[in-house]
Amino acid sequence: MDHLNSYLVLSAILFSLGLYTVVTRRNAVAILMGVELILNAANINFVAFSKFVTHNLDGHLISVFIIMLAAAEAAVALAIILNLYNDRGHINVDEANALKQ
Amino acid sequence: MADFIFWMIWALIVASAALVAFGNNLIHSVFALMGTFLGVAGIYIFLNADFIAVTQIVVYVGGILVLLVFGIMLTNKIQSAQISQSSVQKGLGVLVVLGVLAIVLTAVLPHNWVGGTTPMAFDDTVKGIGRLLFTDYLILFEIASVLLLGALIGAATLARKEL
Amino acid sequence: MIKLALFILFLPLLSFALQIFFGRRFEDKKGEWVSVGIQFSTLIMSLVMLVMMLSKGDPDFSIELHQSWLDLGLFKIDLGIYIDNITVIMLNVVAIISALVHLYSTAYMAGDVRYSRYFGFLGIFTFSMNGIVLANSLFMIYIFWELVGLSSYLLIGHWWEKDSAANAGKKAFITNRIGDIGMFTGMLIIATVLGTFNFQLIAERIHDGMWAANAGMLFGGIEPHKLLTIAGVLVFMGAVGKSAQFPLHVWLPDAMEGPTPVSALIHAATMVAAGVYLTVRIFPFLTADAMATIAFVGGFTAIYAATIAITQNDIKKVLAYSTVSQLGYMIMALGTGAYVAGFFHLVTHAMFKGALFLASGSVIHAMHHSLHHLKDHETDPQDMRNMGGLRTKMPITFGVFMVTTASISGIPLFSGFLSKDAILAGTWAYAANVHDGWLAHLHLAWILPVFGFGAAAITAFYMFRLIFMTFYGEPRQPKIFKHIKESPKAMTIPLVVLATMSLFIVFTLPSVNPVSDHGWFTTMVQSPESAVTTGAAFDLEHFKHGLHEAHVPAMVASITVAGLGILLAVLVYLLGKISADNLAAKLGALYRGSYNKWYMDEFYINGIIRPFLKGCNALGRFDLDFYDHYLINGWGRNVKRSSKGVGLADDLIVDGAVNFSGIIFQWLGWTLKFIQTGKIQNYLIFVLIGAVMLFVVNVF
Repeated sequence: MDHLNSYLVLSAILFSLGLYTVVTRRNAVAILMGVELILNAANINFVAFSKFVTHNLDGHLISVFIIMLAAAEAAVALAIILNLYNDRGHINVDEANALKQ
Repeated sequence: MADFIFWMIWALIVASAALVAFGNNLIHSVFALMGTFLGVAGIYIFLNADFIAVTQIVVYVGGILVLLVFGIMLTNKIQSAQISQSSVQKGLGVLVVLGVLAIVLTAVLPHNWVGGTTPMAFDDTVKGIGRLLFTDYLILFEIASVLLLGALIGAATLARKEL
Repeated sequence: MIKLALFILFLPLLSFALQIFFGRRFEDKKGEWVSVGIQFSTLIMSLVMLVMMLSKGDPDFSIELHQSWLDLGLFKIDLGIYIDNITVIMLNVVAIISALVHLYSTAYMAGDVRYSRYFGFLGIFTFSMNGIVLANSLFMIYIFWELVGLSSYLLIGHWWEKDSAANAGKKAFITNRIGDIGMFTGMLIIATVLGTFNFQLIAERIHDGMWAANAGMLFGGIEPHKLLTIAGVLVFMGAVGKSAQFPLHVWLPDAMEGPTPVSALIHAATMVAAGVYLTVRIFPFLTADAMATIAFVGGFTAIYAATIAITQNDIKKVLAYSTVSQLGYMIMALGTGAYVAGFFHLVTHAMFKGALFLASGSVIHAMHHSLHHLKDHETDPQDMRNMGGLRTKMPITFGVFMVTTASISGIPLFSGFLSKDAILAGTWAYAANVHDGWLAHLHLAWILPVFGFGAAAITAFYMFRLIFMTFYGEPRQPKIFKHIKESPKAMTIPLVVLATMSLFIVFTLPSVNPVSDHGWFTTMVQSPESAVTTGAAFDLEHFKHGLHEAHVPAMVASITVAGLGILLAVLVYLLGKISADNLAAKLGALYRGSYNKWYMDEFYINGIIRPFLKGCNALGRFDLDFYDHYLINGWGRNVKRSSKGVGLADDLIVDGAVNFSGIIFQWLGWTLKFIQTGKIQNYLIFVLIGAVMLFVVNVF
């Protein structure tokens, strides 16, 4: 718990799991959850570096902004997802390929 | 004792995140995500980041998680608590993600950080964050407010029935 | 004083705007009285300025107001107002005539189709005329110069339904343009050398030697004083056009197609005097050579127009040629250096010629009404051969005619005598003082006094001819005569006022000596110092001395020639001792020449306009037949041929290359389209694979 690497490894695992969620899930809400995991992984890194390397609060500040960004992103994303649902009756991303035609 | 609790939380985060990634039930995934968020908040406490920890709980658990649940509820015809979900391109996904994980770990772990890795204990981060927010990060702060306003209006506009 | 001047300048413009935009609406409600009121208020302001000027009593008084208008760094144009005694006097002349003409027009133009517009145009004319008077620079004079040209054009063509009126308007406009080209060129020469248009600065800089320093360098080594002569004569060309000097005088008689009050205001008293006024303004920087040119142009115009006036039968044409002749007098006076006399004659002439025109308008008005009463639309109401014996029917008009004719003929006790006498004395002194240069050969300068005295005799003759034909003898058309009535008060009051202004006392006060040359006018107006420094300058001091000596002999001679002219007129037209027809037959060619205005119009049409049109036609044919047919069309044919070849090359080579690349990309697209699944997660995977591969490649 007093070693930077324990946090970095945790963050990396969290990031990979989030990435996997984003890449494989068909449900748009699930993908959104993966994105949140990735953002959390990043946050852990920032705060950990703040404590172990830079010794100041800049990392904390960035974390605050990321959390704020995540909230905004979640709101907009859910609005888009609702529209997608209203339009198609499902929210499966792999079927939302109208751009192909 | 503290070590034990730390590793417990560590394990909780990894396990619940794995459930989010691999679970078949969407509802389970959402609740597992709550476990992840709470665990990350605990990690923040271990990092002496009290303000971030509280913000994590308030915003993630209180806000985003509720939004996600709403999103699930609004986009599924609920007959039971079981909402199944499926995945695509699993094999390729595992392969690529493991590759990325390997890259990240090989890049990060052996690295020699400038200034070393001696931990430093903050005791009151709220005051410092507040001061920085209104001095060095003022413009960022203002832009963030504009961004939030934009997101608010954008979300409201997009969510209307007649787009 | 500046504020008053600004009011005087812009109030008539207000009158114009009101009449043009709202005139129609107020036509039935006596809307013209707004304009009349505005004119009379400017008259009052002008009189206030005159009183202020007289109470100052300073001949060198002047004030100036500057306003930067255009600033291009090195080149600046200022607009501004310059007021000295001449300006004030001129403002009064314009205001008096304009106000009286406005009043007169309410009766004369009553019931006209474009009544309100007429008053609007009178307003813009007065505005632009005041602009010329107040201008402090050549450039500003030029602006208002064109504006008076425009308003003159509009007013001459007031009855544009008549072809002759529309043509007269065009003729006036175009003829004036010819003069203005010269004026503009002259202005530009002056501005190029001195870098300013301002009168005071021009005089100052010439005096300081800037002209001598710059002129040769800028204009290819020309002698500076020669260039100054050229510039002066060129600027004077504007005056030749506007003041109807030979050879650009042809527009003024035709301009009589306009309403008679307009003729009185514009073509007798003010606008045509603008040319003289311009010459007054540029007087300080005229060289002796330029002045000699000006004097000869003026002198020739004076005698030339006078000979034409003898034989004209249209009452307004006689007055028109008389105007041309008198303007020639003023120009000649300025050319001979008799600056005060020239300007003096401008003022007195404005008064008595304005009155003469308005009185002739009164006669025409009466004739017109009588003809209207008889339902006769064939007879010309302006032809003097249809008049005769009118003095009993129109006593006021007749009285005014008598007074003003006496004035223009140069009979003592009237204003015309004072100014005319001064001019004649000026020519005399000029001729007597020329001792060297080209003028001294064969005593050429003596032509000027001969012109002057000759014109004076002829003027007296034709003016009394006019009076005798119109007002004396038996009525030639008894039917028309029966219905002739005196004109209404709105017309007779201006007549009486202007006739009063033609008395000597108006200009000689405080002296009451009828031959005095020491009245307020001659004290307040002093000829300016010449700014020309080189030997080319006109010797004013010497001239003034000569003027003093020539005063008495010139006076005697002028009274004698005027008496001779009157005597001849009495013999021929009043007593019938000498038959006019016999005289005409005996003189033959001379009579026909004078009657046909010495064929000047015919000369212009046959000698200039027709050949010019023929040349244009020839050029046009050349353009069409040769240029268009061979060069343009031939070029077109060649281009067509060569483009066919190019088109073939295009098809084979360029299109082939384009199609080939198209085929390649079609093949590529066909091959690659399988990657494009449209699924975002596939793309993400590809990105990640790419990232991993990049890392691997980089590390190993």
